[in-house]
Amino acid sequence: MPAGSVVEFANVTKRFGAVTAVDDLSFTVEPGRVTGFLGPNGAGKTTSLRMLLGLVTPTAGTATFGGVRYADLSHPLATVGSALEAASFHPGRTARNHLRVYAIGAGLPPTRVGEVLQTVGLTEYADRRVGGYSLGMRQRLGLAFALIGDPGVLVLDEPINGLDPEGIKWIRGFLRELAGEGRTVLVSSHLLSEVQQSVDDVVIIARGRLVHRGPLSSLETETAPQVVVDSPTREALAAALTDAGIRFTEGRTGLLAADPDPARIGHVAFAAGVELSTLHRQKSGLEDSFLALVGEGHTL
Amino acid sequence: MSGYLRSVAAEFTKVTSTRIWWVIALVLFGYIAVLAGGLSALFGGVQSGAIGSSMGGGQAPPPAQLPALIYSFASSVGYVFPVLLGALAVTGEFRHQTLTPTFLAVPRRGRVLAAKLTTLFGFGAVLGVVALLASVGVGALVMGTFGVDPVLGESDTWALIGRSVLAMALWAAVGVGLGVLVPNQVATIVIVLAFTQFIEPLLRLASTFTDATAGIGRFLPGAASDALVGASFFSIAAPGASVLEWWQGGLVLLAYAVVLTVIGYLVTWRRDVT
Ligand SMILES: Nc1ncnc2c1ncn2[C@@H]1O[C@H](COP(=O)(O)OP(=O)(O)OP(=O)(O)O)[C@@H](O)[C@H]1O
Ligand SMILES: [Mg+2]
Repeated sequence: MPAGSVVEFANVTKRFGAVTAVDDLSFTVEPGRVTGFLGPNGAGKTTSLRMLLGLVTPTAGTATFGGVRYADLSHPLATVGSALEAASFHPGRTARNHLRVYAIGAGLPPTRVGEVLQTVGLTEYADRRVGGYSLGMRQRLGLAFALIGDPGVLVLDEPINGLDPEGIKWIRGFLRELAGEGRTVLVSSHLLSEVQQSVDDVVIIARGRLVHRGPLSSLETETAPQVVVDSPTREALAAALTDAGIRFTEGRTGLLAADPDPARIGHVAFAAGVELSTLHRQKSGLEDSFLALVGEGHTL
Repeated sequence: MSGYLRSVAAEFTKVTSTRIWWVIALVLFGYIAVLAGGLSALFGGVQSGAIGSSMGGGQAPPPAQLPALIYSFASSVGYVFPVLLGALAVTGEFRHQTLTPTFLAVPRRGRVLAAKLTTLFGFGAVLGVVALLASVGVGALVMGTFGVDPVLGESDTWALIGRSVLAMALWAAVGVGLGVLVPNQVATIVIVLAFTQFIEPLLRLASTFTDATAGIGRFLPGAASDALVGASFFSIAAPGASVLEWWQGGLVLLAYAVVLTVIGYLVTWRRDVT
């Protein structure tokens, strides 16, 4: 297995006529980690990945693998494996032949075809024409194509779309495993919750621009933590919090207190003689921070 | 193996791993067999006296020209089939978005197109052999039964057969050029059918009316192909028409294939794949 290289976007811009799909985008993706490439629909994820893979020519800037553009790689499929969202199959060709065609073109050993079909769990359907495949089976075939050269870098556009719960669980573990072997793994998604269990880093874009990048945990600190608290006598609780000078908003499951410390809230309630029915820290602020970051883009 | 040869091998596998090529081969064989068999019977019958010349037999070609005419149906009638195969090999990539994995496996786009051109040239030759099996196989059999010498022992006949295979191979390459110039599958099929079945035959006929246009008309692709093969019902129907030398015809057809492909490469093949 070739070592994973650093993926680098350097001031990449793409305009389609009047539409600026990607706007001066710069970031790097490190080997040995799973990086989530996130953004709402139309943010420019697919366009960015297609520029990285040499399928779309940037209006400005460069995207490279260890400093080398995709078109200049001497063994592209053995360096970078990719699965893009569009179903790119001839419906009349079998999965096995689909993979054979590209293995031959890239000069890979024909034995890889059977191996990757096995890896993604398609062996049983390998000799059926792809036209009859379900969405999930197509996703798996796309992944088999990405893996065929045993590449050090994986670029996957929405790989979880269409997979069943078992498939989702499997791919999450698989991505972790690939990164654990030292490969560079870049996965896009329009849902943070879809990838948050498997990514180390996030790169978030909205309307073609970078809005956040860093480790997943960096998203948590983006929003102040909150404590959820409730009482059978909610008015009394509200009065106690107000008296103690703690700001809060009323949520569906209780009051959201703008204070990071549940113990302090509990003390305030106890001192005021208010019985509590709920007291806990807000479990995940990730999705909220994500939505806040892409906010304006999301209303498009 | 060089990158180019690997790409040729990949393009070859693309063609053989779907059904279209043998569907086209089958239809081509049936069409040419019926045509060659039927007309051999008609003209053979006229010449042998089994069919009276009052029944339009006056139009029959001289006996010496009959076998060459029948055999040349393989390309003069069958050429639309390799054009379609070549065009579909390109338009299918656009239609099914398989340019994405193709260019991911081989980012050298020019090499991919050159390999496709080479591969389809080969498959055009295969279709040529299939068409000749129909025109020569069935035609000779039927002429033989009417007592017409099928001249299969003559080297001229075999030269014609060889040039027909070359013509069919070149037509498939023309199809690739057309497909890459007009990647929309439906549009390409319409253009192929309209041009080969209607526009070009009319242009060729019209061009024979004056000397000046006749000089231009022989450069039409169908005329060049007939010149390459060396016989066609067209040259018998319009005997005055000036024709190119066989090798000139071959070069003109090759030029069509190359020019269309190069323009297509510049216009559509290098575009963004989204
Ligand atoms: N070929 C094209 N021509 C014109 N505009 C395009 C083209 N491809 C993409 N766009 C535009 O570029 C923008 C970004 O699209 P892109 O497909 O990259 O978004 P995305 O982040 O992948 O979205 P999704 O989550 O829906 O897949 C959109 O506004 C889209 O309409
Ligand atoms: Mg997308």
